[in-house]
Amino acid sequence: MPNTLLKIALAGNPNTGKTSLFNVLTGLNQKVANYPGVTVDKKQGKCKLDSQTQALITDLPGTYSINPNSLDETVVLNTLLNKEDKAYPDAVIVVADIANLKRNLLLFLQIKDLGIPTLLAINMCDEMNRKAITVNVEKLSELLNTKIVLISTRTQQGIDELKKEMIRFSSWDTTTNKELLHKIDSHFFENIQQQFPNKTPYAAWLSVAHYGKYKNFEEDSSEIADFFQNNKETIKKCQHKETIYRYQKINSYLKENYFIDKNKATDFQSVLDRVLTHKIVGYIIFVLILFLIFQSIFSWASYPMDLIDGWFADLSGYVKSNLPLGVLNDLVSEGIIPGIGGVLIFIPQIAILFLFISILEETGYMSRIVFLMDKIMRKFGMNGKSIIPLISGTACAIPAVMASRTIGNWKERLITILVTPLTTCSARLPVYAILIAIIIPNSNWGIFNLQGIALFALYFLGFFTAILASFFLHKVLKTKEVSFFLIEMPSYKVPLIKNVVLEVIEKVKAFVKGAGTIILALSIVLWFLASNGSERFKNAEKIVSTQVENKSLSQEELNQKIASFKLENSYIGIMGKTIEPLIKPMGYDWKIGIALISSFAAREVFVATLATIYNVESSDENTATIKQRMQSEINPITQKKRFDFATGVSLLLYYAFAMQCIGTIAIVKRETKSWKWAILQLVFMGVLAYMSAAISYQILS
Amino acid sequence: MDAIVDLKKGECGVIKAICSENIPLCLLEMGCLPGREVTMIQSAPFNDPLCIKVNETRIAIRVETAQKIKISKI
Repeated sequence: MPNTLLKIALAGNPNTGKTSLFNVLTGLNQKVANYPGVTVDKKQGKCKLDSQTQALITDLPGTYSINPNSLDETVVLNTLLNKEDKAYPDAVIVVADIANLKRNLLLFLQIKDLGIPTLLAINMCDEMNRKAITVNVEKLSELLNTKIVLISTRTQQGIDELKKEMIRFSSWDTTTNKELLHKIDSHFFENIQQQFPNKTPYAAWLSVAHYGKYKNFEEDSSEIADFFQNNKETIKKCQHKETIYRYQKINSYLKENYFIDKNKATDFQSVLDRVLTHKIVGYIIFVLILFLIFQSIFSWASYPMDLIDGWFADLSGYVKSNLPLGVLNDLVSEGIIPGIGGVLIFIPQIAILFLFISILEETGYMSRIVFLMDKIMRKFGMNGKSIIPLISGTACAIPAVMASRTIGNWKERLITILVTPLTTCSARLPVYAILIAIIIPNSNWGIFNLQGIALFALYFLGFFTAILASFFLHKVLKTKEVSFFLIEMPSYKVPLIKNVVLEVIEKVKAFVKGAGTIILALSIVLWFLASNGSERFKNAEKIVSTQVENKSLSQEELNQKIASFKLENSYIGIMGKTIEPLIKPMGYDWKIGIALISSFAAREVFVATLATIYNVESSDENTATIKQRMQSEINPITQKKRFDFATGVSLLLYYAFAMQCIGTIAIVKRETKSWKWAILQLVFMGVLAYMSAAISYQILS
Repeated sequence: MDAIVDLKKGECGVIKAICSENIPLCLLEMGCLPGREVTMIQSAPFNDPLCIKVNETRIAIRVETAQKIKISKI
């Protein structure tokens, strides 16, 4: 058993393969938690170094500099600055890209000046030949005062050496650059140092420069606050000077020791860029990729989804006939199993969506989309970067709203947050999927499947509404803040399968854990509300028997009647009945009303609820799937199918627009730091949903 | 004096000065510093934003930012 646990943090610029290194070191041994107080993902994993030693590796968010521009990057500053913190690492590995050494060294030098044992891992060294790069590692190591390991996460080169070095982390160099701050303004920095006698000069400087962002003040902060307020201009100037000075140093280090043949490197990249960001072809490719994603979500996922649906119907039937009859049997077979099934059924669709998003990011194409869309998005008060939340909103609005953090401008970010939940998230998919399967025939129109086209139309509707809403917000909201846009266009890369797979697994896990617990809990509550009720509920048998005394009914028909009567008089039935007048204009009855209420917490509960309701209602033990049950449901007034075209369209529109997601409301509140925007958004989406569903139903029926 | 916007596709220039005090620190940190060589790679559809290469890195910035970075063509 290993008895020593080292805490090692990985830091580095975005697109350097830092996360690949993390995946190579930790494999499936990783966990995602949140940093205390913020919702930034904290990825940690364990890596065995030798028989005695294990390392707990933290993958810090990617950043170009220790000076943060976003909440994610603030985490890097806070982790590396606070020695008292539990998360403070024993040592830091800075991962750099061999083709971008100059820029990568900026972050390295900043971190090194904090006085933590630091090692430089230069990644992608397998590309040195192809890109005609030469580097004098020995000399560079001497100049930078650090150990350097050349690695390649693609070919696994240097990984073992890196592990050996980790064991010896205490021998890593910790000397800091003493002359840097003196050269800029010695008096100013001596003053700062006096306020933080225990910190290295650079750590002291960062603590002041990012006062307010850096959270863990052990010292009396009112003095520092005053100092910060009085010297804002000087601080900014010094930050600029520091950057210039550091780059001068880096240039002098690299001048004799690092060569790159500029002509060899970028030909293929340029050709790709010319096509992918072309003013016509670029957009066509973008739309085709989106279309491919949506087609595959619908066609690839349907097979495993039907399987899962079938398994849970069988399982439920099996439990029903094999457990002793009673409350426990009912709870398990009608509450818990359909509830779990209702969660697991989304896994195929979510996995496929995240698969595509992860590939788009890994290849570097996502930045090109941002580049293509910036000018257009700006017309709607957003930023090219808003396209990432809007696209990843098709998976789930919660991480999408968090992804808006990369947008620096507050108004652009706010608009992005407010409209993102209108894009079609995967929780809407099961609702759409089942309704489309019921109201649209499964036939082909040319090479396209009609159901696929219907789904694409709904995605388009969500996106179009989001754009329209942002245009409206752009006109209404006023701001004085200057908008700024800067994004790296990384070189195109073939995605690493390991990275993509781990990303998909992690996202699916997070979904099952997050949404799963809500859905499971709700289905149990729902089951309880559906199987308990008023006095009439308890006397159901007696009342129904007297009602139908004169009609000759078979035992089966009688049981059916009793079950329906029970549902109507259960607590949930009473709730559904209460809101029936309100939802009638949209074409819904009280049973659908129940599903609307319960799916307020999460849309996907809609299907699970209907499953539970129709399960409770059907007295026989047949194991029909939810789709068959919905198709055979009859509207007692018109004697036509309950889920006809008009009702189906109305429901689709309702779920396209209504908020119906507690998770998103909570995250919007947290990210905008006020209830005001969360509530405005909820009301706006609710009104829009109600109006469009009601109007469409009235026209179509 | 020319600014980055005046570069045509494929042309190079050397950064002379960065005009506005309101240029965020991150632009400097990406390597947009006086003395650096900058190459115009291409412009997005509708001519904004611009993709430039500086410091061996391709970055995209908007025209309004590119106007504030003065250069001399080479």
